[in-house]
Amino acid sequence: MPKQPRETLTGAQIVVRLLERQGVRTLAGIPGGAILPIYDALSKSELIHHVLARHEQGGGFIAQGMARATGLPAVCMASSGPGATNLLTAIADAKLDSIPLVAITGQVPRAMIGTDAFQQVDTYGLSIPITKHNFLVNAAVDLLEIIPRAFRIAASGRPGPVLVDIPKDVQNQLVEVAEWPAPGGAEQVPPPAAAAVERAAAMINAAARPILYLGGGVVHSGASGLAVAFAEKCRLPTVMTLMALGAMPVDHPISLGMLGMHGARCTNLALDECDLLIAVGARFDDRATGKVAGFCPQAQIIHIDIDPSELDKIKTAHVGIAGDVRTVLEMLLPALAVVERGDWLARVASLKAAQPLRTPGIDDPRTPYGLIRAVADCLDDAATITTDVGQHQMWVAQAYPLRRPRQWLTSGGLGTMGFGMPAAIGAALAEPERTVVCFTGDGSILMNVQELVTAAEENVNVKIVLMNNSSLGLVFQQQTMFYGERIYASKFKGMPDFVRVAEGFGVAAIDLDQEVEPLAALARALSTPGPMLIHASIAMHEQVLPMVPPGAANKEMIGG
Amino acid sequence: MNSIARSENQALARTVLELDVNNHPGVMSHVVGLFSRRAYNVEGILCMPVGSGDTSRIWLLVNEDERLDQMVKQVEKLEDVLAVRRHGAQHEVFVRLEEFFL
Repeated sequence: MPKQPRETLTGAQIVVRLLERQGVRTLAGIPGGAILPIYDALSKSELIHHVLARHEQGGGFIAQGMARATGLPAVCMASSGPGATNLLTAIADAKLDSIPLVAITGQVPRAMIGTDAFQQVDTYGLSIPITKHNFLVNAAVDLLEIIPRAFRIAASGRPGPVLVDIPKDVQNQLVEVAEWPAPGGAEQVPPPAAAAVERAAAMINAAARPILYLGGGVVHSGASGLAVAFAEKCRLPTVMTLMALGAMPVDHPISLGMLGMHGARCTNLALDECDLLIAVGARFDDRATGKVAGFCPQAQIIHIDIDPSELDKIKTAHVGIAGDVRTVLEMLLPALAVVERGDWLARVASLKAAQPLRTPGIDDPRTPYGLIRAVADCLDDAATITTDVGQHQMWVAQAYPLRRPRQWLTSGGLGTMGFGMPAAIGAALAEPERTVVCFTGDGSILMNVQELVTAAEENVNVKIVLMNNSSLGLVFQQQTMFYGERIYASKFKGMPDFVRVAEGFGVAAIDLDQEVEPLAALARALSTPGPMLIHASIAMHEQVLPMVPPGAANKEMIGG
Repeated sequence: MNSIARSENQALARTVLELDVNNHPGVMSHVVGLFSRRAYNVEGILCMPVGSGDTSRIWLLVNEDERLDQMVKQVEKLEDVLAVRRHGAQHEVFVRLEEFFL
């Protein structure tokens, strides 16, 4: 590489230049005192578009939306103190769902750290348990190493969030830069152990009642096509975690859809009977497994994961393979025999026929399933779907025909209400050619409602479908089912006029309740470019079923 | 710690972990945070810089419990941890320190 002329730059200018060199073209954040030098440098960037969020958590989720839609690390920024603490929820959310995120926070000058200075908080200490790694930058020259490394760590192996806390005096420090470091990218993962892959192949070939269990790692690894080929070749009934939805089209003949707490009866019952469980990029989360001792009680387990610490964490695997699931599947596929497994497939088919997912009201757009179906009927697989957290999230997970990896962006591990709308903004910024639909609820939307103005400002093609049941629906449901119908603090007494709220923020809105022809109105709204809020009331008593009681085995599910 | 807890504690097998780590502020927080957030007590900690001071060695004395394998895997994942070695409780690093705790 030819040597560039030496430049004398501030730490802040170095940060901006390094972000440009990483290929960052959009980032989200909010300025404040301790990050003003970086914002001053950012104002001179001709490459980076800064999206001004209205709350740092919203900025964090906008960045997450970009990262989830593309698989590439995305950047959010905040100032010190409350700016940083507001960002923490979005960072923790990224950690739980293994999303590559680089969070850059301003910090008070080094001499004031630890003196209880204005807007000073121990951002480094606070972020240790919720980041993959974090940095407190001690000198501007170190940024040349730290920023590319932050991107490398975020993207390598199991992705995750990285936080870089930069004191204001470090941002202002002058450094002579002779040479720029290479941008940081994902590193190669050590190859999987060939002997373990061979043992896994032998187990799969010998299994009578195998099930393939796909997790979010399949999406992260870009291995969805391989996973489908694997399932088809070996005739493996396939279940997906919440994070894996879209890895295999849910209407694929061999798909059993989502497993776990709100999976279909046939799905959880098939798992109960399987003799081999092949877990690929999944981590045996409690919402997927139910009571662990009762999960796949007859099965041997093959567990493939990029993170060695996931192997044997919850369930001891008979064969554990540490490696990138794409590499492992590439090695595994040629070693697998085409086995018909007629008896097992017939058994699964009969379970599916007898105990399918029940979607009452699916033809009526005034019911939860019907509304979801009506939205899906207006869109094709190019649309991206985000959700908030609660009943609407589970209904969409159950009933939306997800067919494409990265089509589905939802807060799985942390389960953060307030995720959906800013994440949709981020997804729409990253892929402006797509329609992005955010399903939300009247509880969730209010947790980051201020980002409506960001959506209006950026004119993103985001359609917010607000399923309003005047309650915290999943809390209401659990109080109904498990707390003797003692409904407390889950019914809203006051209810905003959401159409006027949206319009007040500059976002067009319609109310399906008022439409004589709701389907036609919905179709018009979804095909109108730009942000739009679509309000629809649903009945408070509607439940997500089946439901496995918390702590119970999956086969003890209620309803459905 | 009351006397019953102490005697129960002593009945548990011990393990000594030896970590090579980068030497800068915050590394110890990363390491011990992994234990504390799992309510896993660290019985003894010893840390000194090694060689030029770019790296340090941390010795941890911990109770053996069924979570230890998972703990070691988590420690190995830390960016600033370069190597992890496991030793039995008979390792003399803590034994020789005992005279300072009489």
